[in-house]
Amino acid sequence: MSVNAIADIEFSSELTDFITEWKEKPGNLIMILHKVQQEFGFIPREAAMKVSELLDVPLAKIYGVATFYHFFKLKKPGKHNIQVCMGTACYLKGGQDLVEELQSLLGVELEEVTDDGEFSIETVRCVGCCGLAPVMVVGDEVFGKVEKQQLPEIIAKFRNR
Amino acid sequence: MSTVNIKINGIPAEVEAGSTILTAARKAGFKIPTLCYHPDLPAWASCGICVVKIEGSPKMLRACAATVSEGMSVITQDPEIHEIRKTVLELILSTHPNDCLQCLRNGQCELQTMAADFGIREVPFEARVQEIPRDESSCSIVFNPQKCIKCGRCVNVCQQLQDVWALEFIGRGDGTRMAGAGDVVLNETPCIKCGQCSAHCPVGAIYEVDETHKLLEAIHTPDLHVAVQIAPAVRVAIGEAFGMEPGEITTGKIYAALRRLGVDAVFDTNFAADLTIMEEGTEFVSRLTKGTGAIPLITSCCPAWTDYMEKYFPDMIPHFSTAKSPMMMQGAVTKTYYAQKANIDPAKICSVAIMPCTAKKYETRRSDNMQSSGYNDVDFVLTTRELARLIKAQGIEFTKLPDEKADSPIGMYSGAGTIFGNTGGVMEAAIRTAYNLITGKNLEKVEVDAVRGMEGVKRGAINVDGTEVRVAVAHGMANVRDLMKEVQQAREEGKEPPYHFIEVMACRGGCIAGGGQPYFTTDEVRRKRVEGIYKDDEASTVRCSHENPEIIEIYKDFLGSPNSHTAHQYLHTEYVPRPLYRK
Repeated sequence: MSVNAIADIEFSSELTDFITEWKEKPGNLIMILHKVQQEFGFIPREAAMKVSELLDVPLAKIYGVATFYHFFKLKKPGKHNIQVCMGTACYLKGGQDLVEELQSLLGVELEEVTDDGEFSIETVRCVGCCGLAPVMVVGDEVFGKVEKQQLPEIIAKFRNR
Repeated sequence: MSTVNIKINGIPAEVEAGSTILTAARKAGFKIPTLCYHPDLPAWASCGICVVKIEGSPKMLRACAATVSEGMSVITQDPEIHEIRKTVLELILSTHPNDCLQCLRNGQCELQTMAADFGIREVPFEARVQEIPRDESSCSIVFNPQKCIKCGRCVNVCQQLQDVWALEFIGRGDGTRMAGAGDVVLNETPCIKCGQCSAHCPVGAIYEVDETHKLLEAIHTPDLHVAVQIAPAVRVAIGEAFGMEPGEITTGKIYAALRRLGVDAVFDTNFAADLTIMEEGTEFVSRLTKGTGAIPLITSCCPAWTDYMEKYFPDMIPHFSTAKSPMMMQGAVTKTYYAQKANIDPAKICSVAIMPCTAKKYETRRSDNMQSSGYNDVDFVLTTRELARLIKAQGIEFTKLPDEKADSPIGMYSGAGTIFGNTGGVMEAAIRTAYNLITGKNLEKVEVDAVRGMEGVKRGAINVDGTEVRVAVAHGMANVRDLMKEVQQAREEGKEPPYHFIEVMACRGGCIAGGGQPYFTTDEVRRKRVEGIYKDDEASTVRCSHENPEIIEIYKDFLGSPNSHTAHQYLHTEYVPRPLYRK
C-alpha cells in the first residue's frame, strides 16, 4: 500500500515458507520473530520492517513485542555471546561479580559487542540448573560453579574459534 | 437502558449495567482520582490511582476497568485506600523531574494537581529519573521521555484513536519507555503530527513545539508588518484557558488581544475557508458534472489527514482536492492580494496563523507550493494553547477585552466559513455553494443535518435538483481506513463509487478538538465547542461562501474566477507519496 518497497533484506526460503504458513494464524508474531532471530542471530531492523509488511502489522507493535521479551535481540550479538545467569540462585552465588569481571576483561558493557566482534555479554534469567550456580552459557556450552579466576581461560577458549 | 442496584459508600444507587465503577461513582457524585484513564480511550489500568474496595472481596479493584454488578457495595474512600493511592502517587513522583516551575504544563498538569490534592509535601522514595534525551526531531511535537509517567495515553491515542502507530512502549518493567515506532525519533516514524498525543498527555512529556517567541520577535522588528489569521476552531475554545465555558464565541476578543500584542493586521482564516469552498466547490461540481477528475472528491484541508493519506493511501492522491487548506490560502492572499491593496512589500510581511492544530506547523513547509507568493505564505503557526500562554504572559486580561472586528479586505466571513471547525463543516459549507453552482439557487434550509454529529463516519445523500449526491464524513483517523477501503474496492471491481464527496478530519469532532486546543478535551467539551461554532454560523447574516462580499471582491479584483489560472497559481497544491518510515 505505501511507497516503502519491501524492505531490502533476503529471507531464506525456509523463513519465507514459515511466514506464509503462519500469516493468518493468531499469535503468529512471536513465532515468526523467533524464526527471524534464529536466521540472523538477532532481529535486524530491515527484517522487522519486512515482517511488518508481510503480516500487515505496524512496526511499532513488532518493536513493542521484541523489546518486551528479553529473548529477542535488536542488536547483532558477538560471535560468542556470553550469557550470565542472574536467576536468584546465581545472583546470590555471585553472578553480578562474573558480569563485572567479564566487562572489565572484555572492555564492553552489557549488551555491547567487542570491537573485534568476537564477544558480547548479556544477563539471562534462570538457565534451569540452579545446583550449578553461578552459571554461565557460551554458545551451546554451559559452565557451572564458575569462579572469577576461570574467566580469562574460558574467554581464551572461544577466541578465534 | 438496563440498570443494576449497587451501593457506593453505603448509599444505594441505580446505575447503568455494564458501566465501570468509575463512571457509576462519578455519576453518583463520588470523586475517584485517575491519572492514566481518559474518557476518549479504553481503560488501560496502568497507574493504579483509582483503586477501590468491594465489600466482601479481599482485593482492591481499579475502578476505571472494573464493571459494576448487581448488589455490589463499593467503597471509594477510606484511610487505607487513601494511603495506597498516596503511595502510588509518591512512587510516580519519585521518577518525575522536580522542575514544575519551569515546565510548560505548570498550572495545567494533572500530576501536579493531584500532588496538590493529596497534600504531598515530601516524597519518601529515592529519586529515580530516567536519563533519556529529548526528541526534538519533529517540527510539530516535542517528546521529553524524562517527564513521562508511562500512563500510556499517547500510545493508545496514536494507535487506537488515530490508527497511526507512530508511538509504542519499548522495553518492560521499570525500564519501559515510550518511543517512536521502531525506536527511532518521531520525525522518522509514520507520525502525522496531529498532536492528539500532546492534547492527551497528563504531564509535560509530549507537547507542541513552542514558537511564541517568534511572534514577539516579529512584532518587535521595525518595518515588519505582522499579519495574523485565526482559525475557525480557535474562537470557541481559547476562552477555556481564561476560565470561560467551552463553546463561548470569543472571535472579537481574540482580534482585540492580537492588536494589544502589537499585531499590525488581524485577519480571519474563515475568510479563506470561504475561498476554499469557492475553489473546492467549483472543483467538485466540475468533477461531478464534467468528469474533470476522480470521484469521490476528498477534502484536503486537514494537514494531518493529507500526511496520513500520502503515507498510507497514496493511491488516493487523484481523489484529493487540489485546493489548499484555508490557512495556506489566507497566507497566499495575504502576501499577494493584500500586499498589493495595502501597498506593502510582501517581503516585509510576516504572516502568522493561530491554529487549533500542531500539524499546521508542518503544513507551512510541506511542499514548494507553500511559497506560492514567492515568500513563505505562512511564516509560522501558533496553536491555540500557545496564543493563550502568550496573552497571559503579556498581561492581557482576555475576558475583559472589548469585541473588535477583523481587518479588510480578507477578514470578513460567512457562516459557511466558520463551520469548517466542526466535523462535517467543510462538507456542509461545500454543499451550500455546490448546490448554488449546480442549480443557480440557494438551499432553502442551509443546515445539512446528515453530516452533523459525533458519529465516527456519517453518510448521507443530498438531493441536488433531482440528482442524488452521496457524501461521507469521517473524523478520528481510525475511522478513515474502512471508508477508503470501500472506495478502493468499488474502484477495483469497476463499480460506481460509493460516494461523490468525502470529508476527513484527523481529530475526533474536527478541528474544534484539534491537537493544539486547550487541555482537558472530552466529548462533553467537544459537544459544547461544536454548538458554539453552529451558533456562530446561525448568527451570521451571510450563510454561504459565495455571498461573502469580500470573496466576491477578491475574485473581481484579483483572482478572476474560481479555478482560474491565478487561482491555481496561489490557491492549489499537489500531493506526493511519502514513505511511512524515513529510516
